[in-house]
Amino acid sequence: MSSFNLYSRGDKIFGWINAILLGLFVLSTLYPFIYILSASLSSGAAVTSGRVTLWPVDMTLAAYDRVLSDRMFWVAYGNTFIYTFGGTLMSLAIMIPGAYALSRKRLRGRTFLNMAIAFTLWFNAGMIPFFLNMRDLGLLDSRFGIIIGFAANAFNVILLRNFFEAVPKSFEEAAKMDGASELQLLWKVFIPLSKPAIVTVALLCVVSRWNGYFWAMVLLRGEEKIPLQVYLKRVIVDLNSNDEFASSLLTARYSFETVTSAIMVASIIPVLIIYPYAQRYFTKGILLGGVKE
Amino acid sequence: MKQSFRNTLHSFAEDFRLDWQLYLLLAPMVIWFVLFLYKPMYGLLIAFKDFSIFRGIERSPWVGFAHFEVLFQNDMFIRAFWNTIAISGLGLIFAFPIPIILALMFNEVQNAVAKRWAQTIVYLPHFISVVIVAGIVINFLSPSTGVVNLLLTSLGFEPIYFLTRPEWFRPVFIGSSVWKEAGFESIVYLAAIAGVSPTLYESARVDGASRWQMMWRITLPCILPTIIIMLIIRIGNLVEVGFEYIILLYRPPTYETADVVSTFIYRTGLQGTQYDLATAAGLFNAVIAFALVYSANRISRRLSSTSLW
Repeated sequence: MSSFNLYSRGDKIFGWINAILLGLFVLSTLYPFIYILSASLSSGAAVTSGRVTLWPVDMTLAAYDRVLSDRMFWVAYGNTFIYTFGGTLMSLAIMIPGAYALSRKRLRGRTFLNMAIAFTLWFNAGMIPFFLNMRDLGLLDSRFGIIIGFAANAFNVILLRNFFEAVPKSFEEAAKMDGASELQLLWKVFIPLSKPAIVTVALLCVVSRWNGYFWAMVLLRGEEKIPLQVYLKRVIVDLNSNDEFASSLLTARYSFETVTSAIMVASIIPVLIIYPYAQRYFTKGILLGGVKE
Repeated sequence: MKQSFRNTLHSFAEDFRLDWQLYLLLAPMVIWFVLFLYKPMYGLLIAFKDFSIFRGIERSPWVGFAHFEVLFQNDMFIRAFWNTIAISGLGLIFAFPIPIILALMFNEVQNAVAKRWAQTIVYLPHFISVVIVAGIVINFLSPSTGVVNLLLTSLGFEPIYFLTRPEWFRPVFIGSSVWKEAGFESIVYLAAIAGVSPTLYESARVDGASRWQMMWRITLPCILPTIIIMLIIRIGNLVEVGFEYIILLYRPPTYETADVVSTFIYRTGLQGTQYDLATAAGLFNAVIAFALVYSANRISRRLSSTSLW
């Protein structure tokens, strides 16, 4: 800013106070992450005796050793990958063609279908009827049930449809002149032109799949099928009140706290890897989908 | 009349024949919505039936509004209803303004690099699962090893068992929700601020306005429409209180302040298998939610000429 001299002393003080308050907020956002990381790298004894507050104490990888040698951790991690990729692909395979068809003005019943989809934003049957429906469809305790049952939602369909509607007519006409079929038109014209919207929706799906725990917890019975978040929930939330388990983990090298911290770090790392992309597209997507029809 | 109906039917069949690829692309999505969102709506009938999972929906006998009568006399349901309103209301008062303040503060940061880093950090918790957030909260508030209680004891206070004390549940819940979402929610307001015309600031500066005055007299009034829309959305979603997060954080000793309608449904329906009663509670919830969202949308359409959907 070249207008530096224009600021009075009051303005400079204002700027400093603002920077300090904002800095405090940023630090308090960051602190839990740093603490969890430090706890996961400290010895169990150091954490239990309250000596870890910021940096690792008695640095050791014992907690990671314990976590990474737990077979269930890997089973759950693998399941999460299956649900994340399978679910996202399923979502795109259902919603892209559907949203494309809805964006065509000549489609019969278009108004009705648009209203029927938007209606589900306002009203849904709720937890129990959804659960009983999954049961009737034979999708309890099924990996496929998790992948298909949450494949679409109105918000993402509307976001994609709006984007397809904004593609200029001339592209479509040119392709039709060349004798392109509807499928070719979608594949070769609309999908490449709508990449930002599609990436946004894909990332929304990836993040919600990676982080989702509730329905996986309700629908899946078998230990072999649970995703990472359900595994985390069992270890951190359910077992935390279970003192016997907590004390069984307590050795000099690791403790309940260091082990749970290590699991949390391990599950956050993939999020951190896609975060730079996600941030860029999400900030666009949130503005794209929110206040528009 | 009959003729024109036949014509319509005929032209529909003709369209379908010529354009079958388009309808083929549409089909999976329509089937999905019917199967997973509309078919369960039929299942709402069990709110008015004495449902047994062996008899199925059709052959279970009707009981009218009996389940609703039971609910409205059930102290636990009434408590859950008021808790839902209390938690949402407190969130509206304490959590809603924070993203606005954050956006205003970000806007005053002159150093572009520092600003981008700060934003990157405060958006991050939005991408972390509620299970991890609950894990962090449980860890931090642990009476023996949690950093919060370590701080309290080092200052000479008694340690507090936060997660078993009813009076602490709401502050903990709302505070950690702010930690998770406030940064990300500020994006909407930052976008609104970016749309404010720079000439307004230039002419204010010529008139000798301070930064504080410009923030109050220019930035805030200019983003007021966005604030009102976000407020309306928030009121429309009053019934949605993040129950997936509450389930992770509440325990029997804190139910009196923490149990909301959705967690009540979860316990009576999915853990207790009283499907019909829980469905009645869910229907009650959904009808209120629908009324709120519908009127919120009507109001915002009148105020801003752009509807939300």
